Amino acid sequence: MQVSMKLEIRDTPGQLVAALMPISDVGGNIKTVIHEHDFSSDKGSLGVEVVIEIHKERLSALLNLFKERGITVIRFGEERMHYQQSVILIGHLIHTNLGDTVDRIDKTGFAEVTKMSLAMPAIQERSSAKCTIKALSREHMDKAIEILRDVSKQKEILMIEPLEF
Amino acid sequence: MVFRIALIGTGAVGRGILEAMSRKELGLILTGVADSRSGMISPEGISPSSLLERKKKTGLCGDPGISADDVVKKASYDVLVEVSPTDASTGEPATGYIRTALSRKCHVVTSNKGPVALHYHELKQEADKAGVLFRFEATVAGAIPILHTLHESLGGNEVRALYGVLNGTCNYILTRMAEEGLSYKQALDEARALGYAEADPTYDVKGIDAAIKLVILANTVWNRRITLDDIDITGIDLLTEEAIRLAEEQDATIRLIGEIIPEKNLFRLSPRIIPRHHPLVVHGSLNAIILRTDLAGDLVFSGKGAGSLETASAVLGDILSIRDRYAGGN
Repeated sequence: MQVSMKLEIRDTPGQLVAALMPISDVGGNIKTVIHEHDFSSDKGSLGVEVVIEIHKERLSALLNLFKERGITVIRFGEERMHYQQSVILIGHLIHTNLGDTVDRIDKTGFAEVTKMSLAMPAIQERSSAKCTIKALSREHMDKAIEILRDVSKQKEILMIEPLEF
Repeated sequence: MVFRIALIGTGAVGRGILEAMSRKELGLILTGVADSRSGMISPEGISPSSLLERKKKTGLCGDPGISADDVVKKASYDVLVEVSPTDASTGEPATGYIRTALSRKCHVVTSNKGPVALHYHELKQEADKAGVLFRFEATVAGAIPILHTLHESLGGNEVRALYGVLNGTCNYILTRMAEEGLSYKQALDEARALGYAEADPTYDVKGIDAAIKLVILANTVWNRRITLDDIDITGIDLLTEEAIRLAEEQDATIRLIGEIIPEKNLFRLSPRIIPRHHPLVVHGSLNAIILRTDLAGDLVFSGKGAGSLETASAVLGDILSIRDRYAGGN
């Protein structure tokens, strides 16, 4: 299962590695680590968001390890993508393998396509699709959009992005 | 004190200028005029209303033996008003006229995008050397005084971003697709029938016209040296009606937006999903611009981006501000 958790670590050298060690110790796979530089704490500690892939039955072992090593788990859960944006794709979407287009976002680990509406007026004509993307952070969203921009260029798809203010 | 102008070009913009001059007492005197086939030089002044009538009757503004080149080189004027049609790839013959006027130490006002987009820095340098002004308000967003605002009114500000709807033809097409459910082709045909789009609409719908305006803004406001090749351009010609319907599902629509974010070196023109009640969602052939600044905050402008009198308004604003600065006003 994929889990996101927010850890609080001391702001001293080596602490990040120390916090990540237990994850590999229980056979978990780290997909993303996000430092939260604006994490406000008077105690000289840092917030770190990690997304990991882990067997369900190993999860409690991991939480115990964290506890033993003095690492606080501030938040823990499966719902982790807070940033949402929609883009519209226009082109020969099915013939250029829509599944693969979506996959390129999903396999990043930091963003995924959560919804798609597709309009196909007629065979041979270009179809239009609205894809809703969720990402862990604004930066990850920008990265996901960039990936999609490249894929669109390769597949001659017109991508319409939202105007973000 | 009279202020003398020579007018090159008697198309829509030139006609608008002549019409405004004949309707209002602007304190300007027309000492030379030329279109592509004829010209006239008169130190005593040419009546704008009889000139408009002559042009309407004969199709010529003056004597076929006198060329635009003659007027630029020989007439006595304080400001050369260059409003001939834009050639976006060479900027000629307008650039040549402008250079000649500057070398004669005359101010220049133009609505012609070619010379400004292609040769702004050289022309500005020549104007500075001659101690005269080179103004081109009408080249971007027609009647909206955006260049004056950026160059003068926002002097103490850092302008961090500009977003704009800069092509009326595209905005008209997108408005009709959204409001009437027309297909791209139907909306384009309608725009053509109403005279909003040229017979060959490529220049508008592929985004070239709007991108040229971004080049002008980038080079003149942010002192860049970019060309059309540096703008990431996507037009509206491949949009589908389904795409607009999909945007509407989230209470949004699609508009062609020009975007400049100097800090990121971002110069982009592309169709964008935008909330339906956003200030940039203007209707029909209107233009709109949002500036994001450090002191003044966000500023929104909207108005007519084209049209005879509307563009003439921007040209006259330039002429009169030069007059007020150099002739002491009247």
